[in-house]
Amino acid sequence: MSDTSPPSLYAAREPIYPKTVDGKFRRLKWAIMAVTLGIYYVTPWIRWDRGPALPDQAVLVDLAHRRFYFFWIEIWPHEFYFVAGLLIMAGLGLFLFTSALGRVWCGYSCPQTVWTDLFMLVERRVEGDRNAQLRLAKSPLNLRKARLRLTKWTLWLLIAVATGGAWVFYFADAPTLAVDLATLNAPAVAYTTIAIMTAITFVFGGFMREQVCIYMCPWPRIQAAMMDDDTLTVGYREWRGEPRGRGKDRAASDDHDALGDCIDCNACVAVCPTGIDIRDGQQMACITCALCIDACDDIMAKIGKERGLIDYLALSDAPREREGTPPRPYWQHVFRLRTMIYTALWATFGALLVFALFIRADIDVTVAPIRNPQFVTMSDGSIRNAYDIRLRNKNGEDRPFRLQVAGDLSLRIDLEGTPYDQTDVTANETKLQRVYVVAPRFSDPAAAEATDIRFWIEDLVSGERVHADSVFNGRGQE
Amino acid sequence: MTDKTPNTPEKVGTTGHEWDGIEELNNPLPRWWLWTFYACIIWGVGYTLAYPAWPLVERASTGLLGFSTRAEVAADIAAIDAQNAEVAARLASADLSALSVDDPAYHYGVAGGAAVFRANCSQCHGSGAAGVQAAGYPNLLDDDWLWGGTLADIEYTVRHGIRNETDFDARWSQMPAYGEFMEDLEIASVVEYVLSISGQDHDAAMLELGQTVFMDNCAACHGDAGMGDRTQGAPNLTDAIWLYGGTRDDITYTVENARFGVMPAWGQRLAEEDIKAVTLYLHQLGGGE
Repeated sequence: MSDTSPPSLYAAREPIYPKTVDGKFRRLKWAIMAVTLGIYYVTPWIRWDRGPALPDQAVLVDLAHRRFYFFWIEIWPHEFYFVAGLLIMAGLGLFLFTSALGRVWCGYSCPQTVWTDLFMLVERRVEGDRNAQLRLAKSPLNLRKARLRLTKWTLWLLIAVATGGAWVFYFADAPTLAVDLATLNAPAVAYTTIAIMTAITFVFGGFMREQVCIYMCPWPRIQAAMMDDDTLTVGYREWRGEPRGRGKDRAASDDHDALGDCIDCNACVAVCPTGIDIRDGQQMACITCALCIDACDDIMAKIGKERGLIDYLALSDAPREREGTPPRPYWQHVFRLRTMIYTALWATFGALLVFALFIRADIDVTVAPIRNPQFVTMSDGSIRNAYDIRLRNKNGEDRPFRLQVAGDLSLRIDLEGTPYDQTDVTANETKLQRVYVVAPRFSDPAAAEATDIRFWIEDLVSGERVHADSVFNGRGQE
Repeated sequence: MTDKTPNTPEKVGTTGHEWDGIEELNNPLPRWWLWTFYACIIWGVGYTLAYPAWPLVERASTGLLGFSTRAEVAADIAAIDAQNAEVAARLASADLSALSVDDPAYHYGVAGGAAVFRANCSQCHGSGAAGVQAAGYPNLLDDDWLWGGTLADIEYTVRHGIRNETDFDARWSQMPAYGEFMEDLEIASVVEYVLSISGQDHDAAMLELGQTVFMDNCAACHGDAGMGDRTQGAPNLTDAIWLYGGTRDDITYTVENARFGVMPAWGQRLAEEDIKAVTLYLHQLGGGE
């Protein structure tokens, strides 16, 4: 290609001014936006009584004390598999929805989509709809343009600050932190986090918008593996719309049947938040927000044609529709082996998590044998092993725990620092208790190389018992 | 109006890559991406000037900011030392036997003592404080103490050491090497006697002579019953713990040659709070009295 001049190294973003649209999908998206934003902003303020020793915030990530509170559930760091399980369920859920309905996550509930939608709403309220925005963009800088721009950016910034501000409330007691933030007494990390989250919201929602989806997000790249011919996704019935033609083309043509239903009005392009033409077919930049469906349905109603030129449709129906047979009903696309397997897997993980949640004990114990040295010979010839036992008391009050050892009747247990066989563990804390197990000189465990033993830990208040297995090392073959 | 038509080879050219007739368009990069790329290059150059980076003949360039991880670690250590200064001073002046286990100085001592032990004591006594039997380094975990196992006893031993020539207050005792002036039969019978009082297999026929030899030579230090004497560091011969081994051969060798170890006076090397700290650490290992 020596005859062409070297191409430019970069391409500027082409500004997009999506047009206002109304319709069932737009209304559904407003509702989803209200619900998701509501959950995000309100959740940290929900209270949940856990007694005096524990925080009363329903959802709290307590990084300092390494606890995660979710209503009646309290998760300790060693139970992080619950969070891993939730992430697996979220992943499977995403597979399920994508294989059934394409990129619904992108189009309806992704924070990038929701906040961009909110920012566009503000933009239209301030600057007007698409045409007004286009005019404003082209007009030279004057007082009116400066005023509108400043108003828009200020409103965006307020939303962004509220977004970044709500984020930190998940990590500390919300009412206390709110007062601290207002009186400039909050920790620096809170202000830094708010600043970063505010900047991200402001830039992503106001300026980067669809570029986040197209250039930064990995999801559009892997969606192909999740979707198949039966997946319902936003598409254009080109067999019905083509060849497209505007009114004057139609007037000039003798044969009215020569042209399809598409009047090439560009309504679908004008409303698209990522600036694409859905009539080009499925493409990576399409987040399936379904606004083009609303726009096209509106036009079809105006020209007296059936709705659904642009619609949720499955690729596998295309050959049938070309022949004139109606598409198979939606439920046949949604309920198929693949989605049922995803649902089954999702439900299995969910059931396992719920099961694990119900069987977990309020006390938890881990035993770490001290193996340097493996055993100590005492002056009376008895053999002593030492163990570090971590006792976790998940109750809201201090509890006494009794420790006992089983495995051989001759074994005796000694707790470091106390002559008794029980120890108190503070509420909601882990206690490290060193324990000695002693076998008399001529007993079996003292002579054997290794003896399996079991520690029994009993909560003396609730009577609950848990155990942990370990090994007692003896002299062995000398 | 911006150009909405698709990019073609005529418009943007190709990279010259071609597979089965499909050519790769030389599409331009997004502008923000390119700017980020250039910014990264500029940042990278600036970074190597600001921080140590370029390898020179003697050492790498030091960087305009003078940053050094070594200096940072030294500053961190100094900051932690300053933070601990109060509790360390409290520990240094504390009476250990009166120190409560709930006292912050106690926890500081046990944790710090473990570090002192690993750095200074573990070479002989082992990282787990179990000693080395073959070499005669005592096990510090058991309930048998040559010079006493109270906090005060341990602190004295740590401070002044054992049989060293640098501290006049060092603990001192010396068993004679009986092999030089005792008959073989006398040695053999006293060994049988020692085996008998520690509850091991022995030759009963030699006990009478053995007991006589013991009373004449050994009882002055080890006691009439062989229970030892902590004021002299004389070991208890009736228990199951042997510094140099408790078999017939081991005991015979010890009687003939006499064996004893040396420990440095740590009072001359360690800070006051370190001595107190390692004392607390040793006392809570399972054998403290």
